[in-house]
Amino acid sequence: MDSLASIFQFGFFQNAFWAALMASITCGLVGTYIVSRRIVFISGGITHASFGGIGLGYFLGINPILGALIFGVLSALGIEFFTRKADVREDSAIAMLWAFGMAIGIIFVYLTPGYAPNLMSYLFGNILTVSAGNLLFMGLITLAVIAFFITFFRMILFVSFDEEFALTNNAPVRLFNLVLISLVALTIVMNIRVVGIILVMSLLTIPQAISNIFTRNFGTMMILSVIFAFIGSMAGLLFSYSFNIPSGASIIFALVILFGILKLGSVGLERLGKNMRLPRV
Amino acid sequence: MESLLEIRNMSAGYEKKVVLSNVNLTVNPEDFIGVIGPNGGGKTTLLKTMLGLLPPIKGEIVFNESMREGSHHHIGYLPQVNRIDKKFPITVFDVVRSGLMSRKRLVGRYSREENERTADLLQKMGIYALRKKAVGELSGGQLQRVLLCRALVNQPKLLILDEPNTYVDNKFERELYERLRILNKDMAIMLVSHDVGTITSYVKTIACVNRNLHYHPSNKISTEQLAAYECPIQIISHGQIPHTVLLQHDH
Repeated sequence: MDSLASIFQFGFFQNAFWAALMASITCGLVGTYIVSRRIVFISGGITHASFGGIGLGYFLGINPILGALIFGVLSALGIEFFTRKADVREDSAIAMLWAFGMAIGIIFVYLTPGYAPNLMSYLFGNILTVSAGNLLFMGLITLAVIAFFITFFRMILFVSFDEEFALTNNAPVRLFNLVLISLVALTIVMNIRVVGIILVMSLLTIPQAISNIFTRNFGTMMILSVIFAFIGSMAGLLFSYSFNIPSGASIIFALVILFGILKLGSVGLERLGKNMRLPRV
Repeated sequence: MESLLEIRNMSAGYEKKVVLSNVNLTVNPEDFIGVIGPNGGGKTTLLKTMLGLLPPIKGEIVFNESMREGSHHHIGYLPQVNRIDKKFPITVFDVVRSGLMSRKRLVGRYSREENERTADLLQKMGIYALRKKAVGELSGGQLQRVLLCRALVNQPKLLILDEPNTYVDNKFERELYERLRILNKDMAIMLVSHDVGTITSYVKTIACVNRNLHYHPSNKISTEQLAAYECPIQIISHGQIPHTVLLQHDH
């Protein structure tokens, strides 16, 4: 535990701590929405489309995350619009966008003269290099996500559970769909810095899968997901520091191990006795 | 007594395809209308248009003043049970009280009165014990009762049910029809079904939907009439023809 206390003295580790906390909050809340609404694949499309923005950022010499933000939000709104209006198979359209974003990104990175520094950190993330400026950006999005989910919790649940019924009650379904998918894009882009494009989807789904062992309630699932995401991130950070391995990968590794242990435990308990199981909240 | 709504010369459907044309129907407060017709005949389109999910292509639906009073909605809607995502993390209590959302503002919590009303209704329907269960833990019949509670909690003047007899066993089906008979004292009911046999003994009147709508002001309808309406319902596929359907009568 000495090492744990001592690494907190490093500035980069303090930054990593705050980044992990904000990543956990946003992924816990937004991920619960994504999983409940079964838009995991859509979110994957948005994630990879935003790589196009990272490439464009390199090419134009602007902050790649800014490029990712624009590509992410636009592709989110595009998917939301096209799956409703145009006569395209939804999954095919998403797969196309997914690959198209990656292709644009690769083309722009290739066209950019010289070496593309930090490209790997966008693909795989590096929570240990999060800067104060990054933290500010993450903080703003985290506040927006928290504020929106707390203020409109009831309406979000209403619109997500049964969209058609919500429409018959004159609920602002379209507006909420647009705002929520934009928040999904913002959350994805801000967490690219933490775990990278390739791994960000797991941060939006594994904590929810773990929470699902304990609860079938939307609100409880959000809170538990935040907690499990944070446990996983901190454990991953320690792995990363102790064994000198990439932080993004070790966070996901820690989360999957946590899921495996708890799932086996819950199934095992139910096998042992009829009335035995992990607590439900 | 004043009618609740009037459908006038309405055509409805989708951008590229008109499904229903020239529909006229008046719904009165004491009505119990069975909406029957073949698959693809336009039952769902009629229902969606009445619920405001689809705008009419031609004609109009005129709602009576009493259907529009206050900010909240006066149609209760029971969708098909299989349309519900049973994996969604939501409890029975939350599903039922969400039926009150149309009267609420964008933000704010449910009031104590609203929670009590939800609890009372769950008691009355015999599913209060299930209130903390997730929808995924319910049987088809239980889930249907939950959705019926959601449709009723806002005390609608018109209740619309979409194929409530599919995905539910016979015992639940009979219970549901008996319950609807009681509910009909307080509200108009429109029951959409492909199964003409059972419903005719419960409904008061029949609307046969097959591209047009033929209103039959009685629950007795003969095969000849069905044939005349070009309303090929699945009577034949049911084998034994229910007696109410065959009953001959004069106009």
